[in-house]
Amino acid sequence: MKMRLTAAALAACMAAGPALADLVFPDLSYRTGPYAAGGIPFSDGYRDYFTLVNERDGGIGGVKARVIECETGYNTEKGVECYEATKGEGALVYQPLSTGITYQLIPKVSADEIPLHTMGYGRTSAKNGEVFKWVFNYPANYWDAASVAIKYLLDENGGDLSGKDITLLYHNSAYGKEPIRTLENLAEKHGYNFSTIAVDHPGQEQKSQWLQIRRERPDYVIMWGWGVMNQVAIQEAANVRFPMENFIGNWWAGAEHDVTPAGDAADGYKALNMNRIADYPVFDDIQEHVVDAGLAAGDGSNVGKVLYTRGMYAAMLAVEAAKTAQEIHGTADITPAMMRDGMEALEMTEARMEELGMPGIGPEFSVSCSNHGGSGGGIVQQWDAAAGEWKPLTDYIQPDQEVIQPLIEEDSMAFAQENDISLRCNES
Amino acid sequence: MLYREAGDFKTSYIADSQTFPIRFDRWRYYAVLAVAFGIVPFVINDYWANAVLLPFLIYAIAAIGLNILTGYCGQVSLGTGGFMAVGAYACYKLMTAFPDVSIIIHLVLAGGITAAVGVLFGLPSLRIKGFYLAVATLAAQFFLVWLFNRVPWFYNYSASGQITAPERTVLGVAVTGPEAPAWAAYLLCLVFVTVLALVARNLTRGKQGRQWMAIRDMDIAAEIIGVNPLAAKLSAFAVSSFFIGIAGALFFAVYLGAVEVGEAYGIQKSFLVLFMIIIGGLGSIFGSFAGAAFLVLLPVFLKNVLVGGLGWPSDLAAHLEFMIVGGLIIFFLVAEPHGLAQLWRLAKEKLRLWPFPY
Repeated sequence: MKMRLTAAALAACMAAGPALADLVFPDLSYRTGPYAAGGIPFSDGYRDYFTLVNERDGGIGGVKARVIECETGYNTEKGVECYEATKGEGALVYQPLSTGITYQLIPKVSADEIPLHTMGYGRTSAKNGEVFKWVFNYPANYWDAASVAIKYLLDENGGDLSGKDITLLYHNSAYGKEPIRTLENLAEKHGYNFSTIAVDHPGQEQKSQWLQIRRERPDYVIMWGWGVMNQVAIQEAANVRFPMENFIGNWWAGAEHDVTPAGDAADGYKALNMNRIADYPVFDDIQEHVVDAGLAAGDGSNVGKVLYTRGMYAAMLAVEAAKTAQEIHGTADITPAMMRDGMEALEMTEARMEELGMPGIGPEFSVSCSNHGGSGGGIVQQWDAAAGEWKPLTDYIQPDQEVIQPLIEEDSMAFAQENDISLRCNES
Repeated sequence: MLYREAGDFKTSYIADSQTFPIRFDRWRYYAVLAVAFGIVPFVINDYWANAVLLPFLIYAIAAIGLNILTGYCGQVSLGTGGFMAVGAYACYKLMTAFPDVSIIIHLVLAGGITAAVGVLFGLPSLRIKGFYLAVATLAAQFFLVWLFNRVPWFYNYSASGQITAPERTVLGVAVTGPEAPAWAAYLLCLVFVTVLALVARNLTRGKQGRQWMAIRDMDIAAEIIGVNPLAAKLSAFAVSSFFIGIAGALFFAVYLGAVEVGEAYGIQKSFLVLFMIIIGGLGSIFGSFAGAAFLVLLPVFLKNVLVGGLGWPSDLAAHLEFMIVGGLIIFFLVAEPHGLAQLWRLAKEKLRLWPFPY
């Protein structure tokens, strides 16, 4: 049995398509499991943008992009399998959309020399490009998000949070634990009382957590949730009549599908966002060249939604980095190492975003050798249940780098020491 | 014709009581070992190691461990994931606390620590049986995962709560960490599998195994003929947990490199390993391998065929995979309740008489 299966699996692997001369962008997506609600629109946006670039522009610098989709189910073991299965195809950049898988891949991509882009998730201290040569997390990261949320609350309270109770409701995983240190340090600085409540994977059961919130009545609840956990939390918040305007999700807890199950009760719920959502001209192009042509990754119903927009934004940043790499190296057929150079030299300007048909979708930022994290800004948006849309409340709020930067320095240096990495930016 | 005993004379008791008394069977076993040690390491690549062979070997160890407890001693356990986590965290703490000690010693010690924890959680088995024991071990599963999530000492106070395996070498070759070559990680696991399977096989054939089986078949009768239920049950928990602990440690250190306890060692791991021994065959070492192979290889195989071969959308393939694997499990259990090992046993019986069955 074992031998026969092995032989059959071998035959199946051999049958997988031959490598073509194109630019390969693996899409480690998850369209199944408790996190699929977020995984599907993101992956649709990611793939559709590459299809658009292929169909409308004839590829990136004349070379077609090829997206290999691999289902991870938000599971690290499957993520590793996907990575190993696709890396041989000449993958240029990995975007796993999972902090757990990111932690698995950071050592692997560094050994295999393939860039990893974790946009607004993953390991925050990867912002320090001195240590993490192959990992990028522009335009923003979790610690930025935590600081943006606190800054927004400071703003709301006239610059003073002392004595306020702030509770973090988090997914009990590497993802959810990321902001704790930052929020603790910010608590020291601003004098609010900070407490944490964990929700175990997948987060369908939160009765006891919300009972605790109801008992303790914190002034604000910040949520680090993902997947089905978001919907349940917002429903439970409505059940215990927690004031929605004091409930702030991070940017992975602020999509349409998170709030719609609670109906009108979700009205006023706030969430961060790292990209703006609007009716960008590029959506018309996607509709014309991708959806109407029958090439859409999904059924086309997600176009323009929060996570679709973010997936498209991620693909756009990858395409722009690939173009930059082509310019730097003067060849259209780039390698992962060239792609890395392109990512490190990436510069997003307002003019460029407008040219691409998505004016103001993200902050202006530029990546450098030592800063792989971009500018770090985020906006706060609020759900309007009657209109069924997210309303932006603020412009990009800049995080408190004074608090974050030492933490990044400390964490990345510890990683450098553990793994014997020498700092690289001052060498050349 | 193939599995014939005719002409295969034994002239000593040792020869008569060896693991593979039939000559053909013995040679087949040697051939498998020769291929596994002599050929596979030279042709293995990262994909084969990380997607297929490492998980297969590691799950095989865990399945053997659970089979000792459930298949041989009759104590149902749903705490496998939790015990694997004990192995992983013990290994991590040892690796980081004593970086100069060989990883092999750490892996064995991790198994030993898990054995101690297993005995502790095995104590209720002296009073409760069957489903009630399953619930008690389920409590162990949830408690252990909660513990490793809750107490920062276990993950060395890292910000993300993850544990990451530092690079460790055996004979100068890295076996953990990202720089470890595929063949080295594979060989390390293979050595552990081979040694542990031999130990398990001989334990279960000897006095200890007979005591376990006596307890499994009827504990009161076993007690009357002189089997000490305390010693038998607790030793089954200890040995089983030792195996599972080593599997958990290898799973973390060699295979994944970084784990998050809730995700890597959750309740679904316990069920997966339990399914492996049920499909493979309770009370059979071969069954543990067959079950591990079935549940590790089949999803990968299906995915490669459906997505890679036929070009279907990955989500459709993922859903179909659930249905096909689930359907096959039901089919196998209906067609052969004693698992793949029984199919293998029947095939051997048939082959013995072939081509002249009577």
